[in-house]
Amino acid sequence: MLLVALAVVCLASLVVGARSIPLGDVIAALVDPTGTADHIAVREIRVPRTLVGLLVGIALGVGGALMQGHTRNPLADPGILGVTAGASFAVCVGISAFGITALSGQVWIGILGALVASAVVFAVGSSVAGRDSAPVTLALTGMIVTAILTALTSAVLLLDSATITSFRFWTVGSLAGRGLDQVTTVLPFFLLGLLAALGGSRALNSIALGDELAASLGHRLLWDRLLGVGAVGLLTASAVASAGPIVFIGLIAPHVARAISGPDYRWIVPLSGLIGAVVLVAADVLGRVVIHPLEVQVGIIAALIGGPLFIALVRRRKLAAL
Amino acid sequence: MTGRRAAVRVGRWSLPWRPRTAATALAVLASTVVLACVSLAIGDMNISVGRVAAVLVGGGDGGDRFIVLDLRLPRLVVTVLVGLALGLSGAVVQNITRNPLASPDVIGILSGASAGAVAAIVLGTSSTLLIPSMAMAGGLTAAAVVFLASWKGGVEGYRIVLVGIGVAAICSALTSLLLVRARVHEAAQAVVWLTGTLDGRTWTHAVPLMIVVGLVVPVLLVLLHALGALSLGDATAGSIGVRVDSVRVVALVAATLLASVAAAATGPIAFVAFVAPQVMMRVIGSPTPPIMGSGLGGAFLLLSTDVIARTLLPVELPVGIVTVVIGAPFFLFLLMARRRRLTV
Repeated sequence: MLLVALAVVCLASLVVGARSIPLGDVIAALVDPTGTADHIAVREIRVPRTLVGLLVGIALGVGGALMQGHTRNPLADPGILGVTAGASFAVCVGISAFGITALSGQVWIGILGALVASAVVFAVGSSVAGRDSAPVTLALTGMIVTAILTALTSAVLLLDSATITSFRFWTVGSLAGRGLDQVTTVLPFFLLGLLAALGGSRALNSIALGDELAASLGHRLLWDRLLGVGAVGLLTASAVASAGPIVFIGLIAPHVARAISGPDYRWIVPLSGLIGAVVLVAADVLGRVVIHPLEVQVGIIAALIGGPLFIALVRRRKLAAL
Repeated sequence: MTGRRAAVRVGRWSLPWRPRTAATALAVLASTVVLACVSLAIGDMNISVGRVAAVLVGGGDGGDRFIVLDLRLPRLVVTVLVGLALGLSGAVVQNITRNPLASPDVIGILSGASAGAVAAIVLGTSSTLLIPSMAMAGGLTAAAVVFLASWKGGVEGYRIVLVGIGVAAICSALTSLLLVRARVHEAAQAVVWLTGTLDGRTWTHAVPLMIVVGLVVPVLLVLLHALGALSLGDATAGSIGVRVDSVRVVALVAATLLASVAAAATGPIAFVAFVAPQVMMRVIGSPTPPIMGSGLGGAFLLLSTDVIARTLLPVELPVGIVTVVIGAPFFLFLLMARRRRLTV
């Protein structure tokens, strides 16, 4: 059913846009391109954009599921916990101080920044794991780290206006104007992260029982954690590199997945990826429709949908329960 | 403690005499005045304090008069009033919620005010009244949403902070949405404004601040006693004759108006409303954030940050960035201190 939903939103993403193209023409463009303007629009602009959307959605959904699993925290999300801000800041410094403008170099730096930021947030937040205040501490720490990094990023940008031109992709969460070369640059990092995530998802089932129990079941927690944090860093950085910081997708997707599949992380992790992709591509299509013919960036739509859900989640139950 | 506590009586009003509080207030006031003089004297063209004083009492040559009275004085007034408003607002909200982490900048009131002000800017208005009133409308809406959404038989605990994070995210998404639709000129204006800056403030920014601060501060003075009683708990406060709910609502509206008008004047300056009450509480040694003291502290804090940003830093940065870099680590420190207390 999810796959059907995914196919529907992908088709919608191909059909809807500034230039309205009937469904028949879209299919014709995919199967048998004749080189008309409509066909070129579909093949050159909308297909890459949809692919980037899928990649980013999967990365954020899986990243969110991993973070929620490892921190046993229902509010974890790469955006809320400052990981995306870390990636953005690192890239900003990289461009400004070391002149790194190639996308592949930026992704490396972004991963580094994402890893450092998540390490800081985890260090503050994780030592209270299991206490009632733990999810809150983690969310607040993430918010503060995000605030600091955002302030520093804008300081660097104000001092060095030349950086803005090659940095702006990293500040707005948007899928507009993304090309296939971007997908191919990011793809290896994304696949590696995805592989690490799926490989580590079995350990998450034991981690959910608590650290001691997981250790007694024969898991080497340190390795599992490192694998998890590494996967989150790779996935988040490739998502940010492709579309800029987008919050709340990583928060919503695992909750929907959990509602569908129950508590088994071997299902939650891949399902979160699919749901993340559906939500992100759908949000992107919505962003193209609401103020037609202008566009709203997908990051804005995601926050407008995700914010209320976040509040609902906060209200719903005792936060410690996961 | 033996013996009666000394009191200050003026007619039918009386206040307990607390030497440490009075001394601190005087010290902060004096430092603020000194800093204010420094702030008027320094800049691209340094003017000696003596010449500043001459200008202020009505003398001085034309150039000095222009620089001090037309360029630097409005900025100084805006800085002091914004600091005052943010400090007061933070202390009131922290008192009402009995939660040091719940201050207007953390729980999204400033973000709501920003969204309102950006809406006014994007509509292309240059009206001096519309921007502050839209900001106040936005701030009040955000505050109402935060409190209603986190209400579950009370607003105790962390729920309000987390709901505030959600509301702040929604508000900033709305702000970005407005920016997307804006024309380039207005968008650029709004982006500069959003970093929180004191640069180029004129009397048009200062006047709405003066009006709102002038109207709201007397209300808070009347409520001081009742707010103090609230810190004893709702039941005790009610039993000594405080109408708990109405005091809370009026105080919250007052705090929101202060924070919003401050945001309208300078853009959202984060962490002053959060830090000032907590610092003043520790300096004075009071059990709850002191309201008037926090106002003074906020003014001092923002003014000193501004002076530092203009003198010590190699480049001039918007003050909103400097307050985040100073204030955010303090927030983390407080969070970890609370955690230790929970752990023990």
